[in-house]
Amino acid sequence: MQEYRLEEYPGLNLYIALNKIREEQDSSLQFDFVCRAGICGSCAMVINGRPGLACKTLVSTLSRTITLTPLPVFKLVGDLSVDTGTWFREMAERAGSWVHTDKEFDPEAEEERMSNEKAIEIFELERCIECGCCIASCGTANMREDFMGAAGLNRIARFMIDPRDQRDGADFFEVVGSDDGAFGCMGLMACDDLCPKDLPLQAQLSRVRRAMAKAAFAPKKKVAF
Amino acid sequence: MVETIITDVLVVGAGLAGERAAIEASSYGHDVIMLSLVPPRRSHSAAAQGGMQASFGNSAKGLGDNPDIHFADTVKGSDWGADQDRVRLFCDLAPVAARQMAHWGIPWNRVVAGKKQLPKDGSWIEDSKENEGLITARDFGGVAKWRCCYTSDGTGHTLLYTMDNVVVQLGIKMHDRIEAISLIYDDGTCYGVVARNLRNGEIRVYLAKSTIIATGGAGRLYGMMSTNAVISEGMGQALCLDTGIVPLGNMEAVQFHPTGLAHVSILMTEGARGDGGYLLDKNLHRFMPEYEPKKAELASRDVVSRRMVEHMRKGLGIEEAGDHFLWLDVRHLGKEHLETNLRDVTEMARDFVGVDPVKELVPVRPTQHYTMGGIRTNIDGAASGLKGLYACGEASCWDMHGFNRLGGNSVAETVVAGMIVGRKVAEHLEGYEVSYPTHVIRDAVARQEDRINRLVKCSDGKENCYEVSAAMSEILEKRVHIFRQGPELEKAVSELQEVYARALKIGLRSNGVGVDPELAQALKIPGLVRMALCVAYGALKRTESRGSHYREDFPSRDDKNWLKRTLARWPEGAELPELKYGKIVITESQPGDRGYGESARKD
Repeated sequence: MQEYRLEEYPGLNLYIALNKIREEQDSSLQFDFVCRAGICGSCAMVINGRPGLACKTLVSTLSRTITLTPLPVFKLVGDLSVDTGTWFREMAERAGSWVHTDKEFDPEAEEERMSNEKAIEIFELERCIECGCCIASCGTANMREDFMGAAGLNRIARFMIDPRDQRDGADFFEVVGSDDGAFGCMGLMACDDLCPKDLPLQAQLSRVRRAMAKAAFAPKKKVAF
Repeated sequence: MVETIITDVLVVGAGLAGERAAIEASSYGHDVIMLSLVPPRRSHSAAAQGGMQASFGNSAKGLGDNPDIHFADTVKGSDWGADQDRVRLFCDLAPVAARQMAHWGIPWNRVVAGKKQLPKDGSWIEDSKENEGLITARDFGGVAKWRCCYTSDGTGHTLLYTMDNVVVQLGIKMHDRIEAISLIYDDGTCYGVVARNLRNGEIRVYLAKSTIIATGGAGRLYGMMSTNAVISEGMGQALCLDTGIVPLGNMEAVQFHPTGLAHVSILMTEGARGDGGYLLDKNLHRFMPEYEPKKAELASRDVVSRRMVEHMRKGLGIEEAGDHFLWLDVRHLGKEHLETNLRDVTEMARDFVGVDPVKELVPVRPTQHYTMGGIRTNIDGAASGLKGLYACGEASCWDMHGFNRLGGNSVAETVVAGMIVGRKVAEHLEGYEVSYPTHVIRDAVARQEDRINRLVKCSDGKENCYEVSAAMSEILEKRVHIFRQGPELEKAVSELQEVYARALKIGLRSNGVGVDPELAQALKIPGLVRMALCVAYGALKRTESRGSHYREDFPSRDDKNWLKRTLARWPEGAELPELKYGKIVITESQPGDRGYGESARKD
């Protein structure tokens, strides 16, 4: 563990603080910031024991001594930088994170209609920024590297509720109907508590589990969610 | 020999424009590799908030809209600086591109039938039952119709996630944490890039029949005083400028967004004003209608930003905690609207300046936001000067924005231009073969290895790269801003030349081993200062006011002498860019009155 000392001033957040340390004290220090506005998910780290976004964490809300460590579960790049990109790309591949449809896009045709409520419902789950806080704080993910975690289950839920996706219950069961998916969760729910975007992750776990239960009992039938 | 990776199409930058181009090229069967500084979903495209312009005309206030009206708005917005053949192509294709995104899964907000009262003026509108469920739109600056399609205020995020889903579906290879540090070219042809692996510091070569630069804007030339992400440094443009062959167009055309959050420069979407927000001064007076009777807060961004600064210069801004700002008032939109349609900006105001927009006024000031200039290309996205080199999105000067981009036209450009350029690249590759000259590759790698060695050994000096970069930003922020004047610009150019001399003497404090973030930064600085000089020198030489480029000493637009595009090249060893000027394509609309801004002013 390396130690740095820094003078605090009002409004100082961890984004500014870490950059000051790199520019003035340790030019080799590694960390990741991109948007510095809480929307890109790059700067998640463990801040005094809790995963969170560094850019929107004010130093004034923390103890005088601040302990920062990289997110667990993800492969370490160096210091506070971890490889979330590879993890989330693999998750997207496993989840089939795209609209599965046999319809071809017709550039001449009017768009398929959708209710605004449905659009908002999808948007709510699409708000995940892949920061990895839910994965780092997950008991199962820390023990089993193949667990999809809350972000993965949320992604599945996002496509389950999308009327454009033609996958049915049995299709989704193949993706998440195991201990690596919906049944791996131990119910600690740190993911739901710590999500910086306040995604309703617990509700998505329930949604996916209910759908899996239905699909298990009626695997041949199209299941509506 | 360093690790060498060969592909058909190399896309540098994995934001919306790069990914859309990659998808198109891949769908023609070409092998595509994408390079990205960061995991692709972290690209700055994700930060676009308000929406994407596409002239559906589905919403009540959009009825009757069509690509012709979108064209007229865009050309006016550009202050007749845009190439109209591209604007036409763009406006015709924007609805197709937006529908394709819907097909791919973006949850566009939809038309809800019924009567609604607008918070801004209390007037009533009614959305028809007939259009219910179609893609809806919100109002934005400088437009005649509500045309901005959106998903709450997270439009860039949903577009990027949807686009990257398709990238995953197609199995397009994504090499993230890789930074291109030089183009490889010889005798008028581009062969790919030399890159540095940001996971371990190793040098790699990527060879490709076509290289597409889609690295986004250069907002960080203005340092912390930009809404842009920290990775938006404009490195793609800098690599092109380094060739001395490829010109950058209109680098002096820099957009300042009216509503950057004071103290932290984070974007507060134009959608906040589109949905009915006001700007207030220190006396809580709504001042914009006096300056802009027709459009008020929704004139084009260049105009609103100037009016705000003008108003603050009269002593009517608020000075607090080292910043100077005005108020954005969205309280009358109501909690529900703010927490659904303007959710991200509401959270950002709460998280970053401790202000709750539901109950309080939000401190805002004009802040660097968009780079209209960039790698000059033809209508197919092919860069001038090097065969096989293309550019699209904010990195390019394709040029549909001229001297001022309209809000909502940038994400729209990324998906439309990405589609067009990807297709043109794919067509170009049909039956096209290339031989890679090994001595050229060897020399390109040797040059970069030499630069790295010199930085590590401090062979040229011990200048601190962070200090040099801060000095550059300070000059641009102070002297090449919203209001510009000859003497200030002259100072900016000479001061930047001094900074450039320092940039050539950078040496590392770290040892250059492995990832070394200081080395990554040090490698970029000379190129960034060259770009800053293109901005300042281009602004000095352009003795007129057009769009975002406003010269207090030359306050009028001068179509007789300046209806032309600045083209900046940097010959090897030069101390200043060499400026030439190129024609602007005018097909349908002759330069005229914008209907807002200084030209419409009667006083």
